[in-house]
Amino acid sequence: MEDRPVSDKLSTSVQWEPIIVAFFCNWCTYTAADLAGVARMGYDPNVRVIRVMCSGRVDPQFVLDAFAHGADGVLIGGCHPGDCHYVEGNYKTLRRYHLLRRLLRDLGIEEQRLRLEWIAASEGEKVSKTINEMVEQVRALGPLRLSRRFKEWDAELASLEAEAQSEEVVAHV
Amino acid sequence: MSDKPKIAFYWCASCGGCEESIVDLAEDILEVAQAVDIVFWPVAMDFKRKDVEAMPDGAILATLVNGSIRTSEQEEMAHLLRRKSQILIAYGSCAHTGGVPSLANQFTREEILRYVYEEAPSVVNENRVRPQPRHGHNGTAVTLPEFRGLVRSLDQVVEVDYYLPGCPPTPKLLKQAVLTLLSGNLPPKGTVLAPDTAQCDQCPRKETKPVDLKITEFKRPHWTQIDPEKCFLAQGIICMGPATRSGCEAQCIRGNMPCTGCFGPTTRVRDQGAKILSALASSVNAREPEDIEKIMDGIVDPVGTFYRYSLAKSLLRAKVTR
Repeated sequence: MEDRPVSDKLSTSVQWEPIIVAFFCNWCTYTAADLAGVARMGYDPNVRVIRVMCSGRVDPQFVLDAFAHGADGVLIGGCHPGDCHYVEGNYKTLRRYHLLRRLLRDLGIEEQRLRLEWIAASEGEKVSKTINEMVEQVRALGPLRLSRRFKEWDAELASLEAEAQSEEVVAHV
Repeated sequence: MSDKPKIAFYWCASCGGCEESIVDLAEDILEVAQAVDIVFWPVAMDFKRKDVEAMPDGAILATLVNGSIRTSEQEEMAHLLRRKSQILIAYGSCAHTGGVPSLANQFTREEILRYVYEEAPSVVNENRVRPQPRHGHNGTAVTLPEFRGLVRSLDQVVEVDYYLPGCPPTPKLLKQAVLTLLSGNLPPKGTVLAPDTAQCDQCPRKETKPVDLKITEFKRPHWTQIDPEKCFLAQGIICMGPATRSGCEAQCIRGNMPCTGCFGPTTRVRDQGAKILSALASSVNAREPEDIEKIMDGIVDPVGTFYRYSLAKSLLRAKVTR
């Protein structure tokens, strides 16, 4: 989980473009995204799709890690309630999502940056609509750029090291 | 001075409980003191910073630093002790994961200083005087350390070799750690010197934890008659056990209080707060958003509960819009 500068580079380019990390369930939303592709439905290229076996596999750590490495938004796509391939997975996701949104809000990340959608395998259009909508919402919120913020926070450490070295030089003269 | 291995203790942003835990070695401290020379321990012995500065680099076998890092002075001491020590150990939750002080990472430096020096009910400060890093007084300049914008764990400032977790670590773990250091048979760098299993694994109430917790309500411990035999989570009381490393011998649980997470996560978990959030939320017995919200509302302060000892080392590190 080292700091990867790639995302930072993208978000500091002249024209900022939101980056959305999307976790899609293998059985429904991912298949729907595939369908959207086959049917040539366009959607904004701002999304980076990660296929998981179930939306219930999305550990809240994945969401925080995505934000910490430069994501401006995170989208989770799972099967409709009652349709989970593993029976209960999406209900667990729903509960985690409610609590995680509150935690994120308390830590200064707007609730709209995390979205959960139920998208069945046949709903290619909903994939495209959801992504486009979310990209617009996140664009309106502006960049999150956490990896860059972390560097700014730690600039105060570098200043001390420089100062300490110069003082040591003085002390030794 | 004798040629016994040299050990040092230092404290940064901490409450003093870690120092207390060293004294809690009781008679065992004699065994430790016999095997080593304690060359620096501000809370108990009269050595000064200049004494440390005078030592050659690497002269100290091991330094145990407790407390998180908030001021420039603590940073300087961390760098100095790093240089003088062969092994640097983060001792206690604050040095390990930021500890309770790092909950201040939810606020800006300005908010903290304004509250402490102007708004706190017991403060009288009509001229709104704030401490300044430099101040001229009768022709002499006096200085104070800089108050940093963030609270950090020790390893966010200098390289750390080992960690002793806990608020505070137990004397047993400390003794084991010192004996390990003296044996020369060192574990891999970065090791947390405590078992790598979850608290639940060593919990005396383990047998009473149902497979499916089906939580219908979160209760606060001080408003609840707590069953002294039954799993806290099965009683709807938030217990950090599932997301916390064992090694404390379940002291709080034996005192009929739930685990609050001071030993930090195991090696398989990167973010302790996210992990307990995941465990608790998935165990809630509700399927409709309104019902879920209603139960979750029973968790009054998610950040303060889930990251009580680890906000500095969490993935987000702080409230990001401070």
